[in-house]
Parts: sequence; C-alpha cells; structure tokens
Amino acid sequence: MIGAITGGTFSAPTAPVTTSYESIATVSVSTAVSSITFSSIPATFKHLQIRWIGRASSNGFDDSGLRIRMNTDTTSTYFNHFLSGTGSSAIAGSASNTGYALIGATSTVNALASSFAAGVVDILDYANTNKNKTIRHLDGFDFNGSGQIQFFSGSWPSTAAINALTLTSASTQFEQYSQFALYGIKG
Amino acid sequence: MAAGSTYTPIATQTLGSDASTVTFSSISGSYTDLILVINTRSSSTAASDTKLYVQFNGDTATNYSYTFLVGNGTSASSSRGSSQNQIYAADVSATGGSSYAGLSTVTLQIQNYSNTTTYKTMLSRVASANVFVEAVVGLWRSTAAITSIVLDLESTPQFITGSTFTLYGIAAA
Repeated sequence: MIGAITGGTFSAPTAPVTTSYESIATVSVSTAVSSITFSSIPATFKHLQIRWIGRASSNGFDDSGLRIRMNTDTTSTYFNHFLSGTGSSAIAGSASNTGYALIGATSTVNALASSFAAGVVDILDYANTNKNKTIRHLDGFDFNGSGQIQFFSGSWPSTAAINALTLTSASTQFEQYSQFALYGIKG
Repeated sequence: MAAGSTYTPIATQTLGSDASTVTFSSISGSYTDLILVINTRSSSTAASDTKLYVQFNGDTATNYSYTFLVGNGTSASSSRGSSQNQIYAADVSATGGSSYAGLSTVTLQIQNYSNTTTYKTMLSRVASANVFVEAVVGLWRSTAAITSIVLDLESTPQFITGSTFTLYGIAAA
C-alpha cells in the first residue's frame, strides 16, 4: 500500500492485523435527506464512534447546527457545552434542547463550493444501563477565509442502552456527498 | 451488520536520525479516512515551539487554509490562515523550549481522503509538552484523492531522532 517513504525507517505490518475497531454501518447521501439514522445498533461493543463529513441545505448561513438524538427520544432535555475557535476569538457556551443535543455544525450550500465540515463523535459505554450517556465531539470546517474548529459535549439524561442514533441538521437537509459512518470499539 | 475490523496500520516511521521532512507516498485509496499519529519534537534550540505543516500530493500552490484554537495555560485564542501553501497543523515542542524533555502528540484525521468529489477537510488535535493544547481544522481546495502526505517544520529545525509517525486507514462499511 505504501511505496517510497523518506525521512525515516519504514516498518510495515508483518502479519494480518486484527483490530477491535469495526465498521458497523455507513450512510452516504446521494440525494439530499432530512435525517441520518443508525438503528438496531448491537450492544456488543464498548464504545461507538461516528466519523462524518457533512454539508447541509441553506439556512441563510454558511454553517448549520448538527443535532443528535438517542433511541428516538424526542421528549428528554439534552444538554451541550462547547469551546469554539472562530478564527478571531475563542468562545464557549452551553445550551439545552428538547429532543436533541446540538453537537457541532456542518457546512452548507452557502459556503465555499465543495467544502464539507468534518467531525469525529465518541459515545463511550453506550450499552451500559447504569449511566447517563455523554457525547464527545471534535468537528470543524474551513472556507478559506472563515471557519470554526470546536469541541462539543452532549448529554442524554437516560441510563438506557443506546440502540439508535439519529442525526439531523438545523437546516432542512444533508446534501449530496455527506457521509456518516458508525464504528464500534470493543472493550 | 458489522462489516469487519478496520483501523489498519498502513505504515510507521521511527526516525533513526533527525529529518527535515517526513513523507508518506503511494497511499492506497482503499480506505475511507486516514489517521496520522505523530509523536515528535523539533530540534530547534529556540525557546519557542515550532510550526508543523502538511501538504498533500506535492501541491505547493496556495490551495490550503486553516483555522485553529489554542489554549496556553493562561488564555484561549483562535486565528486562521487563508490561501496558504500548506496547512498549519500544529505547534510542536522545541528542544530548547523547556527543561522538560517531552514530545508533542499530534493526531491528524483526514476524512474521506480518497473521494474525488469534495475538497478535503483535516482535523488536528495537538498536545504539546509543557506548552499548550490545540485543535486545528484545515482545508485543501482540491477534489483529488490524497495519495501522499508531506510533513514539514517551519524554517530549518528538524524532527528529532526517535520521533514516530504512524499512518492508519479506516474503511467504512
């Protein structure tokens, strides 16, 4: 897979590598969709990770809030905190919302063409039935003159095992070429 | 439902001597994301840290931009660069910068690196020994699949002997 490597000593794996990191499911958007749902998530992993790139329909801005919901729970109050770099200042804040946690932002069709936000969401101990669930998220976007890099936390006040995740945009839809991939990490 | 194990180590470099650049080339397009984990320090004897830059596919034109957030133990700040020749990905510790001989840990996440329809967005997470904590988002304005990555330090300092660079591939279902 790797040809020339310069500047150091190259050591390739000498045997097939078995990892504890598995791809569960991926949604690649071919035509705009209003939500992304991972359902029937098995409880056989210790942690979950979502890796994504995203671009949303326009809400008048060049970025749009990314929301997550657990187990189709539309009634609980979810909380979030964030630390964000805007390119000129560092800002922090928090919010609470009914039915979803705001965990970041995608780019939109108003942003630089072909630019997508990217993020990595971690949900630890998702199948544990004794803990409320906490989400960790690093995401960012850059449009060659504007952009943000940010850390988000989200909380869902429930001890239920997570078996479904729904992602939605503060705009109406995720656009073509957005992709959300769910992975499981063994414990 | 599960598609099998992934997060595959593609290549590791451990520097046997100081190096001015580190290059991963001929990167296969068979994964969805790349993760590059770096543990390094610059050879600079200056007290300040050293900037680490990333270029893709040998593109030296001004097709890169970035936005970063940094906390130095006293305050948090953010800045950006536009139309640059490379992405500023991290500040790494300098040999002359601290009596604590620690290295910096940098994790680069390069999402959907092999698609040919979108510009490429890279996330960087940085922990620099005794200096600060940092996160960066970088953009390469190209729809080309990424096949090579060059890591470089500003000015003349080099990556010190013993630095490690490991490239992983993650394949989506």
